[in-house]
Amino acid sequence: MMITAKPTAGADKSAAESSEQYLTFMLAGEEYGVDILRVQEIKGWDKVTRIPHTPDYVLGVINLRGAVVPILDLRRRFGLETIAFGPTTVVIVVRVMTGRDERTVGVVVDAVSEVYNVDAADAKPPPDVCGTVDTVFVKALVTIEEKMLILLDIDRLIGNSIVDELVPGAEVA
Amino acid sequence: MTIDLEMAEIAKVFFQESREGLDVMESGLLSLGATADRENINTIFRAAHSIKGGSATFGFAEVAGFTHGVETLLDEMRNGVRPVTAEAIQTLLQACDCLREMIAATEAEQPLDQVRIASLNSDITHILGGGPSEAPALAPVSVPTSAPAEGNAAAGTGAVHVPCGWRVIFQPVAGLLRLRNEPTRMFAELRRLGEVVARADVSRLPQLDALDPESCYLSWNIEITGQISRPKLDEIFDWVDSGCRLEFTPTGEAVPAAPVPAAQTVQQPQVPNAAPEQAKAGSAADADRGASAGAPAQKAAGDSGSIRVATEKVDDIINLVGELLITQSMLSGFADGIDPNDLDRLRQGLAQLARNTRELQESVMQIRMLPISFAFNRFPRIVHDLSRKLAKKVELKLSGEGTELDKTVLEKISDPLVHLVRNALDHGLEIPERRIAAGKQETGTLELAAFHEGGNIIIEVRDDGAGLNKAKILQKARERALVAPDQELTDEQIDNLIFMPGFSTAEQISDVSGRGVGMDVVRRNINDLGGHVQISSKEGLGSTIRIRLPLTLAILDGQLVRVGKEIYIISLLAIVETIQVARERVNTLVGRTEVFRLRDEYLPVVKLCDQFGVEPDSRSAEDGLLVVLEADGKRVGVLVDDLLAQQQVVIKSLESNFKSVAGIAGATILGDGTVALIIDAPGLISSAAKQGAGAVAAHAA
Repeated sequence: MMITAKPTAGADKSAAESSEQYLTFMLAGEEYGVDILRVQEIKGWDKVTRIPHTPDYVLGVINLRGAVVPILDLRRRFGLETIAFGPTTVVIVVRVMTGRDERTVGVVVDAVSEVYNVDAADAKPPPDVCGTVDTVFVKALVTIEEKMLILLDIDRLIGNSIVDELVPGAEVA
Repeated sequence: MTIDLEMAEIAKVFFQESREGLDVMESGLLSLGATADRENINTIFRAAHSIKGGSATFGFAEVAGFTHGVETLLDEMRNGVRPVTAEAIQTLLQACDCLREMIAATEAEQPLDQVRIASLNSDITHILGGGPSEAPALAPVSVPTSAPAEGNAAAGTGAVHVPCGWRVIFQPVAGLLRLRNEPTRMFAELRRLGEVVARADVSRLPQLDALDPESCYLSWNIEITGQISRPKLDEIFDWVDSGCRLEFTPTGEAVPAAPVPAAQTVQQPQVPNAAPEQAKAGSAADADRGASAGAPAQKAAGDSGSIRVATEKVDDIINLVGELLITQSMLSGFADGIDPNDLDRLRQGLAQLARNTRELQESVMQIRMLPISFAFNRFPRIVHDLSRKLAKKVELKLSGEGTELDKTVLEKISDPLVHLVRNALDHGLEIPERRIAAGKQETGTLELAAFHEGGNIIIEVRDDGAGLNKAKILQKARERALVAPDQELTDEQIDNLIFMPGFSTAEQISDVSGRGVGMDVVRRNINDLGGHVQISSKEGLGSTIRIRLPLTLAILDGQLVRVGKEIYIISLLAIVETIQVARERVNTLVGRTEVFRLRDEYLPVVKLCDQFGVEPDSRSAEDGLLVVLEADGKRVGVLVDDLLAQQQVVIKSLESNFKSVAGIAGATILGDGTVALIIDAPGLISSAAKQGAGAVAAHAA
């Protein structure tokens, strides 16, 4: 009941069919997971081009092999204390479905951590109040190796961040 | 892949080509009004014939049947048996519309509008009935391509007497199989009609070493028994192209002593080489071959050797070429930094790369370019219909139809153009009596012209009608409080008031214009394309509407500007001039709005640093440069820290991965690989104008 998910190096062929692989990353001491199938790539932090009239968590856009990709700062998005970007700071580039469109978006996190197989049966719905993260973005919680893993609903998180909340001409935060 | 899927693909080509054929018919019919030349009728006839042949092959019997009536009428006109009357042309035009709907309905697998079909059919029969020729049955009859009229008539009469069997001698050309004709499929079709005994004649079969596996050496002697009408047989062999020997002999006692020739050899004329006019008429006659071969067909516009390419594929190439440009400019930047002896060669190579990429880019961009005739082609019909409806006499003049512009621009400009033309006909041109009273020619002129000017394409809609009533416009604008009561406006400014939202001087809304798509929508659509629209008008002499459009939406000639550490791009099209300003010419109004005096005009100053929240080098106007931008006849001065290079930039959408942002039209990637934002000049100006208008007016007063 406690430890059903185990860390894998990535190629665990015996993984049950109901299990999904999650890439986890660190953010202010907590470990979060995103569906690995959504992750396009992980790249180091690089300079961005700022965009006016956007909330502060939208750091700007980068050139990703010819595509203009927005970069969101997850610490700011979740209202966490900001820190200077260090050597472990990375951008996880994910593909999300927002409305009818698929978008490619980069999120800045403190560091990447592991890839876990998570059995769907072990995922628990988040409690109504869940610390610092707005719970609507949390898909589930799982316990792995005695620690809590927060699985994010990346579609909803990004969709909310870039579509719903941005009004043209919105005040620069 | 199943045959069904393959057929569906081919049918799609057929639908597409039928539409093109209908366009050919329509434009032919419209020009027929002026002169009834044979060549033109031939073109129309061939288009109709291709549609009939194609639809019969795909089993769209109703389309084929209906087209047959049309074709019969055209055939008689072609042979001079039937005079070309205005009534007949009108009916044929309606038939084109009807066919268009039938094809759309067939494609969508919707039921056909039987009432309309029947009424048009009876119209056509009525016209046909009034002359020397017998009205043939409206059954799905197929006639071999360009068959002589006698053969046509014989087929028509032959349909009445049905023999109880046929002997068919079928000796195809060697290239039959290459044209994707399959004799076994034809035999299968024949078998559906009756009992078939086919004997293959192998006498022409060469030795194995001389045998070309793709050629057809066989000929057949086919006996078929059953009550089969001649047209049914024709239908099956309709695709068999020119050069084949094809003989039909009726067998059995039911053959009447009718005018049907005992053995009728249909020696079909060589379709591909028929005449140069065939090439001129575009692919109309080739359509049937194209459809059967599933080959990319030519556009009906008349240019030979054009291809049909999926837009996505072209877009992909354009993206790649954009990448190439970026790589190239990245390398150029790198070359400046190193300094061994190889530098010269590297520079040379780079110069070559630059030239190649530019050429490649130009030629690839050309693929997306289409002549504006694609948008202009619909106007003869619109003008024809509308002038009848409004009882006005109008001559439509088109010029510069060959002017090319980007497909996307072309598609988006069509609707605004239609609106402008409708407007010109409804409000601009007067009825004949009034024109005569004004001492003008009875027939009004409407001109559509397209030409290149600088890096832009200009489209002008000119009429020699009544022009705009300036007094009325000004009065209306004052009533609506669009203009201050004491404000003086130039004639040009008054004319351009009609582009204001909610502005209409029409006393009553007719069903021609005033359908809710106002001139403001026209202007917005054109602005969205990065274009610009203006009207100039002389009372009593007419109006000219001038639309300026960029050639393409994919690439932009940009001016790089710097504000603090950020680099932005402004379209060169929007920039009027750039000036260094003296302190004394900048005034601060009502607290914080700054205006700048440029010659006789007060322009609001937009500080990009404030707009975009950037830390600039300096906030005061005299330290920076003022870039004067113009859009929709409004001007603002935009304060930047520095001007950098001018270069062509590939426009990337911000929306594809993010969303649209106020004041930003898009993004691009600079030589160093970073993203730079492109400033939305019209957006910036209109938001600045809203803030500054009051202040400027207050100052000017």
